[in-house]
Amino acid sequence: MDDLRQKYLDAVAGATDESALEDIRVQAMGKQGEVALKMRELGKMTPDERQTAGPALNKLKDEITSAIAAKKSALADAALDERLRHEWLDVTLPGRPRPQGTIHPVSQVTDEVGAIFADMGFAVAEGPQIESDWFNFDALNIPPEHPTRTEMDTFYMHRDPGDDRPPHVLRTHTSPVQIRAMAKHGAPLRVIAPGRVYRADYDQTHTPMFHQIEGLALDRDLSMANLKWVLEEFFSAFFGTGVRTRLRASHFPFTEPSAEVDIQCSWEGGMVKVGEGDDWLEVLGSGMVHPKVLSAAGVDPDQWQGFAFGMGIDRLAMLKYGIPDLRAFFDSDLRWLRHYGFPALDVPTLHGGVNR
Amino acid sequence: MKFTLSWLKDHLDTTASVEEIAEALTDLGLEVESVENPLDALKDFTLGKVRSAEKHPDADKLRVCLVETDEGDKQIICGAPNARAGITVVVAKPGMYIPGIDTTIQVGKIRGVESHGMMCSEREMQLSDEHEGIIELPSGEVGERFIDWLAEHDPARVDPVIEIAITPNRPDALGVRGIARDLAARGLGRLKQQEIEPVAGEFASPIGVTIDASLKQKGCPLFAGRLIRGVRNGPSPDWLQKRLRAIGLRPISALVDITNFFTYDQNRPLHVFDADKVEGSLRIHPAKGGEEFLALDEKTYRLEPGMMAISDAKGIESLAGIMGGEQSGVTGETVNVFVESAYWDPVTIAATGRRLKINSDARYRFERGVDPAFTLPGLEAATRMILDLCGGAASEVVLDGAVPDTDRAYRLDTDRVQRLVGMEIAADEQRRTLEALGFRIEDGMAQVPSWRPDVQGASDLVEEVARVASLTRLQGKPMARARVGVPAPILTPMQIRERDARRTCAALGYNECVTYSFIDAASAALFGGGGAATRLDNPISSEMSHMRPDLLPGLLQAAARNQARGFADLALFEVGPAFHGGEPEEQHLQVTGLLVGHTGPKDVHGSRRPVDVFDAKADAEAVLAAIGAPAKVQILRGARAWWHPGRSGMICLGPKKVLGVFGEVHPKVLREMDVKGPAMAFTIWPEEVPVPRRATTTRPALNASDLQPVDRDFAFVVDAGVEALALLNAAQGADKELIDSVRVFDEFSGEKAEAQMGAGKKSLAISVRLQPTGKTLTEKEIEAVAAKIVQKVNAATGGVLRS
Repeated sequence: MDDLRQKYLDAVAGATDESALEDIRVQAMGKQGEVALKMRELGKMTPDERQTAGPALNKLKDEITSAIAAKKSALADAALDERLRHEWLDVTLPGRPRPQGTIHPVSQVTDEVGAIFADMGFAVAEGPQIESDWFNFDALNIPPEHPTRTEMDTFYMHRDPGDDRPPHVLRTHTSPVQIRAMAKHGAPLRVIAPGRVYRADYDQTHTPMFHQIEGLALDRDLSMANLKWVLEEFFSAFFGTGVRTRLRASHFPFTEPSAEVDIQCSWEGGMVKVGEGDDWLEVLGSGMVHPKVLSAAGVDPDQWQGFAFGMGIDRLAMLKYGIPDLRAFFDSDLRWLRHYGFPALDVPTLHGGVNR
Repeated sequence: MKFTLSWLKDHLDTTASVEEIAEALTDLGLEVESVENPLDALKDFTLGKVRSAEKHPDADKLRVCLVETDEGDKQIICGAPNARAGITVVVAKPGMYIPGIDTTIQVGKIRGVESHGMMCSEREMQLSDEHEGIIELPSGEVGERFIDWLAEHDPARVDPVIEIAITPNRPDALGVRGIARDLAARGLGRLKQQEIEPVAGEFASPIGVTIDASLKQKGCPLFAGRLIRGVRNGPSPDWLQKRLRAIGLRPISALVDITNFFTYDQNRPLHVFDADKVEGSLRIHPAKGGEEFLALDEKTYRLEPGMMAISDAKGIESLAGIMGGEQSGVTGETVNVFVESAYWDPVTIAATGRRLKINSDARYRFERGVDPAFTLPGLEAATRMILDLCGGAASEVVLDGAVPDTDRAYRLDTDRVQRLVGMEIAADEQRRTLEALGFRIEDGMAQVPSWRPDVQGASDLVEEVARVASLTRLQGKPMARARVGVPAPILTPMQIRERDARRTCAALGYNECVTYSFIDAASAALFGGGGAATRLDNPISSEMSHMRPDLLPGLLQAAARNQARGFADLALFEVGPAFHGGEPEEQHLQVTGLLVGHTGPKDVHGSRRPVDVFDAKADAEAVLAAIGAPAKVQILRGARAWWHPGRSGMICLGPKKVLGVFGEVHPKVLREMDVKGPAMAFTIWPEEVPVPRRATTTRPALNASDLQPVDRDFAFVVDAGVEALALLNAAQGADKELIDSVRVFDEFSGEKAEAQMGAGKKSLAISVRLQPTGKTLTEKEIEAVAAKIVQKVNAATGGVLRS
């Protein structure tokens, strides 16, 4: 029996293709195969002999079967390996091109600012960009002859002769949205209002259109100290590092008291770094909402008080991402859009961070 | 507003340094824009004494001097004619920078003799133009710093100049005295007393003044003046010239310089007439309109009815409160001068100034509001200075009108101040602050000083107290959350749509642009705009004259710019407002994408191809899907004129509800806008997409059958004009139960197709998926549905199965 085993195992090992293996299988275990013949002899044996020869024969059969299966799979692997050896590609060739879209820094920063203020309970308010002079000026305590009107380089819309209303303006700031939000929602209130604003000014550092974000919070007892805290929290989250602020007395017709806000920075080799050093950089105007503004929007100034602030989105983007030239924001140069833009899925969130 | 430190010290008794003063000013709301301190450039120069001066062996004009300095005796070669033994000089040592010659001194050899430094002239130190010789000081010790010597003996020479920005609410700070008052209130010194003694008139003024009744109430409540006879109007004295020069004004003559002095010292603009050129008396009146007036700026202005003017018997002599007239202006020959001090209404001055586009110092100040109570004291002080500097004799004061009443008081609620500011400021300190600023406190009421027109309510008192207390010192205080717990979402459905549309476009490979909201008239007109309603009255250029009616022109201009830079394959988009009218509510949101050129650069896989309409359509549909538009839409023709008439479609929910449009941009539009086409584009109007009524987050149950679907393909021959959507809808309608989906998978049209199927024909192939529900379909059942599809398609489109 051992001879038989050795004979077939050797034959299996020596087979070079599948048909040779099949021949061996038939030779061993086909109806007339050697193993089958041996099985048939079992009937002639005594029960004792059968007791030992039966299992031995079954074992032999299993051994040959699995040897054939193993050899079959080995032969298939070898054949596959042989085929794959010819299937060679230059994988250093580039993949199929996919267009890479980008989000403009203004949109990205607007989303970043929105995410941070959302956590502090500020909703997003909106208003029209062609604005009546009442919303843009009068309601904000800027009467018709106030010097602020001329200083703001206002764009005026055409008025037909016979239409005696004062001409509409392109909003010079996002502050009119304060009025609209207060008139609509009353107090208490927390909103920010990002958007395009317009001033007739064009030079190295000014464009006739830019972006502002307005903030407004009204409640029973909000103070300038709360304003300072909110801004420090905001700037620290926005720049991803602790940022100190400095409030300086100033004047805006719609706030009283008013303050300009500086953030801590350092200047190194012409580059500004926020959140370190001993210098100060002016970034926004703010103050406690003027009682006349509250009244104009239908909020009782004896019951409610709060703060408002406004800052430039483009400016924030320039500071945070080191973008040098404001005018390039609106030029749509593909190289610029790709270089300073953001991936579509970089949606700023507080849990994922707002710093890219 | 510019002033010098010594000028400030005329009004403020202080020992504070210029740095301390600058810091306090900024913190007080008088933001320092610059401090020019001549001392900074001179701080290293020290005094020395020339021990000996011998002729240079090789040069007649040079001397070899031995100079005693704080670092011992130094040999210095000097060419100045006055270099001689015994004089005290200013020495620059090697390594020091000399501002006047923009050079850093080195040890060097001059004609073979070593020189270890330099003795300086005034010009070399930028103190004056003096360069005749080196500085010789009458006193001073060897080694003493030159700036210390100057500060002691000639402080005006090194007077720091401070420039501050003045917010419109602070006209009082347009005078040095007002600035001094703020600093005194802050505790940086003591405001000096100002006593103005009236000058008794020696005779009656031959020139009288009257204000028209119509102007007394508002335009000109008070006009005062007086004649000064026998003046000499030469150059003003050195101190006055130096001051004016320091703040950037050109000295002209004593009389003019005196008026300028009071303008800056007290914010009290004055005007001087040459009395000999004035005929009769002066009358303040509204212009009739049409009068021409030659002003001091040598320009002629044409007055409009109602503008305020000052006239004598001959005509208009001054544009009241804005600019005097050339005809009656003073000159070097003036001997009799009439000095005017008036109070003009800010609103009237601002309106006239704006109409005539005159930006004078007087207008700037009167329109912000000068101190009405100082009208007469200002005249007296000016009279005194004219008599002192120019001689002469003053008449009695002539005047019309009266000082307008500025009396008002507001309650000082010291608790409210602290509540608003969020800082502890003692009640006593609040009262002290206001008093230092000139308020009078009586029974808790604060009486506003006449020079503070901006203080118009109790909240203005808060601002005064807060700024003097210093907002820089304010400590932040946490603001409580509006509600306890996790913040609620804050974006509105439309804001979410805008964000999703934007990020979908970027994900589809478009680069986001932000283009100007205004464009040129011609481009606006190409896109249905450019009318009067959306025109800017004062555009910054003709390229930006109209509000954009559509986002496409801005993107096309961006594409043209990029093509000019060598970038031909572009996918640009913008999300933003477009303007369909000139009223605030006539603004709507658009999402616009533009494709130009190819899908990408040439590549090894050959996947590059020109962009086409169906790229734009797919992207439009993707954006619509992202913002939750219904999947079932109609595609209608008839898009606006800037689209290719045959290659564009509107994505609609019914003929009136257009959600978006896509297609090829009209070639004529591209030509006019200099874009190398063709260009594909889409626009979505997110506000038009209906807001789904969804009360629950639960989705309907998924109905996925275990039975295998059956796919059957059909090819129909139809007229070339038949639209695929009509065919699809017909097929879909054949069996609403069984047919799961129908797709077009082939279109065969053009010459080859017509050769096979006949003129004007094309083939459309569709694939229909049948989804059995209860049991597996028999071949017979499938055949029945197929026959019905063929019949429906035939009925709807005339199409027949292709053989």
